[in-house]
Amino acid sequence: MKDIVQIRWHGRGGQGAKTAALLLADVVFSTGKYVQGFPEYGPERMGAPITAYNRISDNRIRVHSNIYEPDYVVVVDETLFEAVDMTKGLSPEGAIIVNTARGKAEIEKELRGYQGLVYTIDARKISIEALGKYFPNSPMLAAVIKVSGVMSEETFLKEMQHSYEHKFASKPTVIEGNMKALRLALQEVK
Amino acid sequence: MSIRERLSGNEAVAIAIRQINPDVMPAFPITPSTEIAQMVATYIANGQVNTEFIPVESEHSAMSAAIGAEAAGARSLTATSSCGLALMWEVLYVAASSRLPIAMAVVNRALSSPININCDHSDSMGARDAGWIQIYSENNQEVYDNFVQAYRIAEHPSVRLPIMICQDGFYTSHAVENMELLEDREIKDFVGEYAPESYLLNSRQPLSVGAYGLPAYYMEAKRSQLEALKNAKQVTLEVAEEFARLSGRNYGLFEAYRLEDADYAMVIIGSTAGTAKDAVDKLRAEGKKAGLLKIRLFRPFPGEEIAHALKNAGFIACMDRTESFNGQCGPLGAEVKSALFNARLMPEVINYVYGIGGRDVAVENITSVFEDLIRIEQTKDAGDRYRYLSLRE
Amino acid sequence: MAIDDVTKITETIAWTDITEGCKIEAAGNSRLFNTGEWRVDTPVFIKEKCTHCLLCVPVCPDSAIPVNNYKRADFDYEHCKGCGICAKACPVGAIEMKEGGK
Repeated sequence: MKDIVQIRWHGRGGQGAKTAALLLADVVFSTGKYVQGFPEYGPERMGAPITAYNRISDNRIRVHSNIYEPDYVVVVDETLFEAVDMTKGLSPEGAIIVNTARGKAEIEKELRGYQGLVYTIDARKISIEALGKYFPNSPMLAAVIKVSGVMSEETFLKEMQHSYEHKFASKPTVIEGNMKALRLALQEVK
Repeated sequence: MSIRERLSGNEAVAIAIRQINPDVMPAFPITPSTEIAQMVATYIANGQVNTEFIPVESEHSAMSAAIGAEAAGARSLTATSSCGLALMWEVLYVAASSRLPIAMAVVNRALSSPININCDHSDSMGARDAGWIQIYSENNQEVYDNFVQAYRIAEHPSVRLPIMICQDGFYTSHAVENMELLEDREIKDFVGEYAPESYLLNSRQPLSVGAYGLPAYYMEAKRSQLEALKNAKQVTLEVAEEFARLSGRNYGLFEAYRLEDADYAMVIIGSTAGTAKDAVDKLRAEGKKAGLLKIRLFRPFPGEEIAHALKNAGFIACMDRTESFNGQCGPLGAEVKSALFNARLMPEVINYVYGIGGRDVAVENITSVFEDLIRIEQTKDAGDRYRYLSLRE
Repeated sequence: MAIDDVTKITETIAWTDITEGCKIEAAGNSRLFNTGEWRVDTPVFIKEKCTHCLLCVPVCPDSAIPVNNYKRADFDYEHCKGCGICAKACPVGAIEMKEGGK
């Protein structure tokens, strides 16, 4: 693995891309690595395009700036393709992970000639199936873990179980739904 | 024993406050510092601390209430940003000149207008002459460590002045990073109980605070206040030494990074210092002698020590994250140049305004500053000594 | 440093001797300042007319009207600066202003 792995998230205010970046920092932290998870704030409005970032490294991370040459880009909301250049600066050795029901060939057309790997995942379908509601966070988080390999799937599931038990102590049914969403996402990201 | 954690800068301050368990916190919400008061209010609601939270109608009231509480004998604090700090301006002076050791978590944010919620230092730099001690932090670990040390410095009998612990809005306040916490017990023992010698609620020793000062007294009062602020320098070092024994983490008045033999030095404040260290390492790998001086204590300004640390550098970049509107330098540039002049040092000093209103600063931007310095050495032409970094022309 | 005797804080003390934050560790020290010296007109208390309604007491800026047992006494001329507010406030004409500080 590279000395530092950099991830950029694209979503819309209210969809939880920032929360997903913080969750990723949380879960990777549990493996003993150094992490950063931070949002870039523009207008604080529901629906406005937002960007969030992660750095992951075995060494202490000192840099405090946004990420311009990410290894991975995560697109939580595909309607942003028109407005945002998703693959800008994205490493050709890296990958882009898109939340979509569309086929990979169709997504590739949106990527302005990006040469790296393209993964798709239907987070809506997974979320509805597992939770009965649309929360793209958990499936997208699982997809990033699988594609980037920053931690093993087994450790990831164990840590997330632990984290959900803490977070949803009073709502155990939600824990099972979220775990199901993670497992489905690990299988279905392609 | 240290506890490995990953927290945002705001969470780090809130946890330090919980561990210290101060007496009174009046606060008014403002981005990006809102979370601090929100988290402390949660600790209070959960019964984890017995701090008295005072919801107020403005930041002017927040600081006024902190002044009243502190004068009454309560360990007090508040948190704010940007326009909130600006609204406190009048009473900041009252807190300092009444010698009340209030602590304030400042999450640095730009001032309007244009309205902007993002990071720069115009808020606390505007308040730099209010008589408060000012300490700035590079990352979440420093935010926590500095806040833990705040009351020990502020309440020291030779100081007794209010203190601002500053961190960069969003860059650290909203960024989750690895850090290490100390145990609650360790913090309580380190900070100790607050036992002021004189306070308004002491019925055995009546006290008048806020007397009228005729011209015959005012200058003597200010000179006396200055002495207390100057004392804060030595106390900051002593507290840092004790903190190092507890935590293993060392702090001084500033941090010198690869500065000893540097020909090209950068003086900077806040989170971009971390970014600049990466730039320095890159340049060093190319054989270029770059170095960094990161300010920790800005008030009082350790001018002699800073001039001494910079004595070998021929070319210096002073980085100001605010605009002073004097047309020739920013506040850091002015302080550093003044310190160098007093030490009879005449290096080339270029003053940059950078990152204002949240303009992002990457490693490459910092590298370009060092490259400017190298070019100035080669061409012997300084050009404009007051510049904007990454400005569209 | 702490000074519990306000008379030691004078216009001749050095900056090193002024109290921390100009705090005064004593109560009621305003009585040490004889504002009565500022008086150019003087209120006269006409005891026979006074109903002891005490309306004059709270309006006095220098607390120069002593009250004992719900009855006002004659003026405290050490501190009365002769502003005349009490004379305006008195509904029964029990306070008259006369020219001169004595």
